[in-house]
Amino acid sequence: MNVKQITERFQLKVAAGANGLEREVNGGYCGDLLSDVMANAPVGCVWLTVQGHQNIVAVAVLREIAAVILTGDRSPDPDTLEKAEQESVPVLLWGGSAYELAGRLYALGVGTPPPA
Amino acid sequence: MRLKDFKADLHVHTCLSPCADWEMSPRKIIRRSRELRLDLIAVCDHNSAENADAVMREGRRHGVCVLPGLEICSREEVHVLALFGELEPALAMQDLVYAHLPGENRPELFGHQIVATEADEVLAESPRLLIGATGLALDAIVRATHDRNGLSLAAHVDRPANGIIRQLGFIPAGLDLDGVEVSHRLSPAAARTAFPAIGPLPCVTSSDAHSLAEIGRARTVLRMAAPTLGEIGWALRGLHGRRVLT
Repeated sequence: MNVKQITERFQLKVAAGANGLEREVNGGYCGDLLSDVMANAPVGCVWLTVQGHQNIVAVAVLREIAAVILTGDRSPDPDTLEKAEQESVPVLLWGGSAYELAGRLYALGVGTPPPA
Repeated sequence: MRLKDFKADLHVHTCLSPCADWEMSPRKIIRRSRELRLDLIAVCDHNSAENADAVMREGRRHGVCVLPGLEICSREEVHVLALFGELEPALAMQDLVYAHLPGENRPELFGHQIVATEADEVLAESPRLLIGATGLALDAIVRATHDRNGLSLAAHVDRPANGIIRQLGFIPAGLDLDGVEVSHRLSPAAARTAFPAIGPLPCVTSSDAHSLAEIGRARTVLRMAAPTLGEIGWALRGLHGRRVLT
């Protein structure tokens, strides 16, 4: 499954990084402490967070995260969008809670990948 | 200009912070600061400067220089100190913070928030949710602090709770901080090794005292001409012979 399919399935709004929508998704991660995400998010995952700070783009690039999904109707900072555009990191928006979207993604088969 | 070494604890809470003891009253804070021979303290309550005036007045009577400040919680839930040279800009900063601080305190859950006089009388209890996060972005807080001629320091950057490195993974390039504060748990030199993310930023240590016994448990010695905010700014940047000694 790729980012575009997930975006369409859940009608996520693409706030930035539309160039990265073809990326393959092979797992998911939830976290708002960026230090934790930097250490533990699996490569190629979709990352669900409420953090809209520009550092999320750097973390996404570092961990080769397929897409960042801002949950809870949060808006990313303007410089986050700019950086995401430059790096082609999709930043997607979801109005509901991370819990709900994570559950629905899991049910769709976006599970936790086996450890590398 | 003759330079002296000033012992400074730039992060002291008062009884206004819900998590601080009632004993953190203006008189007792100043008495303890004198016992410890601190030359300079900064009052930094969570998202408020309402007790700064009382501590400053009491400090003037007893020869302890007190700077007004706030420990502001950004929307990224990063704690950042805003230090000012005078009360007025600190209160202007407080206005901005209050305009972006949702919620009401529940003392039974979070603790009492006492606004006190310099004679340790209870003036009021703040109804705001001072322990909460503001809706202000970190860089907006730094800019607003500078706009009011204040200094902006990321608080307790070594800490897992609300330290910038834990919350944001690293210190964003381009964030115009005047420096970082590390907690009493380690020296600034040790912090630079343990947390390379601090990089070249000036580094101080302070107590983050929530009780009288904690005041001065970490302090920074500043070589300056006078205990003023402008001199602290020079010391942080190592200008004109001023510097941070510890």
